[in-house]
Amino acid sequence: MDFEHSDERKMLADTLDRWVLQDYPLAARLTAGASELGYARDKWASLAELGVIGALFAEEDGGFGGHGFDLSVVFQSLGRGLVVEPLLQSGVLGGGAVALGGGQAELIEALISGEKQTALAHFEASDGGEIDAIEAVAEKTRDGWRLRGQKAVVRSAASADFLVVSAKSAAGVSLFMVPSDNGGLSLQTYQTIDGGSASEVLLDAVDLPTDALIGTEGQGAEILTEVLGRGVLCLCAEALGLMEVIRDITVEFLQTRKQFGLPIGKFQALQHRMAEMLLEIEQVKSAVINAADVVDTPGRPRERALSAAKYTVGRVGKLVAEEAIQMHGGMGMTWEYPLGHFAKRLVMIDHELGDEDHHLTRFIALGRADGRADG
Amino acid sequence: MDLAYSDAERAFQSEARAWLAQNLSPDLSNKVRKGLHLSKADMEGWHATLNAKGWLANHWPVDLGGTGWSPVQQHLFEEECCAAYAPRIVPFGLSMLGPVLIKYGSQAQKDHWLPRILDGSDWWCQGYSEPGAGSDLASLQTKAVRDGDHYVVNGQKTWTTLGQFANMIFCLVRTSSEGKKQEGISFLLIDMETPGVELRPIHLLEGTHEVNDVFFTDVRVPVENLVGEENKGWTYAKFLLGYERAGIAGVGFSNAALRELKTIANDQMRAGRKLADDPLFAARMARVEIELENMKTTNLRVLSAAAKGGAPGPESSMLKIKGSEIRQELDSLKRRAIGAYAAPFVPDAFEPGFNGPNIGPDYAAPIAQQYFNNRKISIFGGSNEIQKNIISKMIVGL
Repeated sequence: MDFEHSDERKMLADTLDRWVLQDYPLAARLTAGASELGYARDKWASLAELGVIGALFAEEDGGFGGHGFDLSVVFQSLGRGLVVEPLLQSGVLGGGAVALGGGQAELIEALISGEKQTALAHFEASDGGEIDAIEAVAEKTRDGWRLRGQKAVVRSAASADFLVVSAKSAAGVSLFMVPSDNGGLSLQTYQTIDGGSASEVLLDAVDLPTDALIGTEGQGAEILTEVLGRGVLCLCAEALGLMEVIRDITVEFLQTRKQFGLPIGKFQALQHRMAEMLLEIEQVKSAVINAADVVDTPGRPRERALSAAKYTVGRVGKLVAEEAIQMHGGMGMTWEYPLGHFAKRLVMIDHELGDEDHHLTRFIALGRADGRADG
Repeated sequence: MDLAYSDAERAFQSEARAWLAQNLSPDLSNKVRKGLHLSKADMEGWHATLNAKGWLANHWPVDLGGTGWSPVQQHLFEEECCAAYAPRIVPFGLSMLGPVLIKYGSQAQKDHWLPRILDGSDWWCQGYSEPGAGSDLASLQTKAVRDGDHYVVNGQKTWTTLGQFANMIFCLVRTSSEGKKQEGISFLLIDMETPGVELRPIHLLEGTHEVNDVFFTDVRVPVENLVGEENKGWTYAKFLLGYERAGIAGVGFSNAALRELKTIANDQMRAGRKLADDPLFAARMARVEIELENMKTTNLRVLSAAAKGGAPGPESSMLKIKGSEIRQELDSLKRRAIGAYAAPFVPDAFEPGFNGPNIGPDYAAPIAQQYFNNRKISIFGGSNEIQKNIISKMIVGL
């Protein structure tokens, strides 16, 4: 038994943490997060240069990582830095799907170098997080495919060179690469409350060549199960990083803020709440380890561990965000103080890739004898 | 035991409802319902409408321009206003300063300031908290030193809500550093136009500008602007904080939020069924609804006791804690209910006249922002931790 990360992973985390400390000041992040692009191009280039994108892809795909603990180490550090650059979308979800489809070595290389970006456009306004509940359709044409449908709240879609779009065809759910300049594609782009940009995606007769299909027709569900699971792990690890920062900020505040002649951390009412928060964050850390350990092994135990982690992060994330703000009093409510920005991102993670209730329901269903996952 | 309102109370409720239907413009009501930002003119206009009817100062005595309503009537009126999506009555002049002046102000102060609150000549804001004096309010340091016919004020106040609209501020200031810290505090009325007063905005975590820092540098305040006696301000401050029992539970807001939540949960679909039919979400909604039903009766019990002249106990602290927890849970459930559409953030969408397209369902836009913004309600007006201290002091007595 060994709960230490390998030296390579520790080095990667150290490098990334140092970069955040020296080159990723919060004020610049907030400005970039509220800009039209939703992030900073030079920071994206630096992340690529540091090898962070490469660490998200397996060696056989041209990267140098891609395992569960590579993802968790990277995203925990990204969380600590409140990094807004689209690593999840381009490096894990969209990029991950392209890699699993196979035969795109050159494109993956461009994604890893940061030269190209992609984003996964899968979820729709009315679905419940089930992969085959989508309504977008793909029909075969003489020269390839034609896609119709709508996708909801696709983060970082506007800066992607191409979108990875899910749609139903005769053989089930399939995935397609849609270049951003396709005439049938239109985006309605907006800011998100936690920084960054997202878009409503309209696919109005999107015509694509045959080779836009990722993998084989009908392989979409299998690929999505794999990459969405990896995405869940990344969000959980990011949340853990956010919680660690919030914990440290709050502990320092309890030690230094004085009222009634004492540091407020001397009051037992707050001591116990802080202790509760620490306990719960340790539980999250374990949930992330459990999920990272099995994310590379398809099957029911993987799905259960991922849902367990996302449920835990949803529940604890709300607790940590709300308790930290409350213990800070008015200070925690201000834009100027870092806490609120970490808290906003932490709460919003429960709104991505299925919330607390969704994953609790899924965990229960996966534990039933028939393993029916649709709750 | 009879939980029903009296005939007279129900008649009053109908009258209030009918009047609101006639006099609250759909445009204004719509802004409130959609969570749009209200302008100063919107709020002043609503005050003027209420004042013309004589319903603005709904807890002042009749001879001073108030309604003379019972606590139950005040409660009914608040419920009807929330149900109709009326703007809230800005509390600083009417609910905070007004009662203090009525109880402790000189005749001249009452004659001068109270009519100006009613007719909107003055917009008041509150100068209580300081950077070093929040929960420990009595440790405040803003100094007022007597110099002839003036006090000279130096220091800083913070969390001053809507100070950007105000021309007057009521302040707790230190006039003595001898004895207990509570015993050297005075209650002073300060014109914001006086040289040396500087207001700086504080932006909240979701980007809004509601609160401010206010700095005082050698600000000369005429001595006639002292309320009551010098060094007795703490008594007035406590009176003010404990005064507004009728509204503190926020029942009207919670009723409206619960209604909205149910509408949303019946509109949102998850995995082929209504979110309202999802067992986990249904349980979350049911729990908070039960809490609210229980609190409504607690609130009415307190109001009923107050109407009979019962001494104020720790009830207002209890109602503040429960009321804020319920409102925050309702905000949180609305946030959960809209799923991915909690994320879109279009700042312009909160400004009147916004013509852009909705992102997602039309009710989604303000929900996440309101959730984050309303974290404040368990912090302001004495945090819930301070309320618990008050309750345990009264109950345990140690």
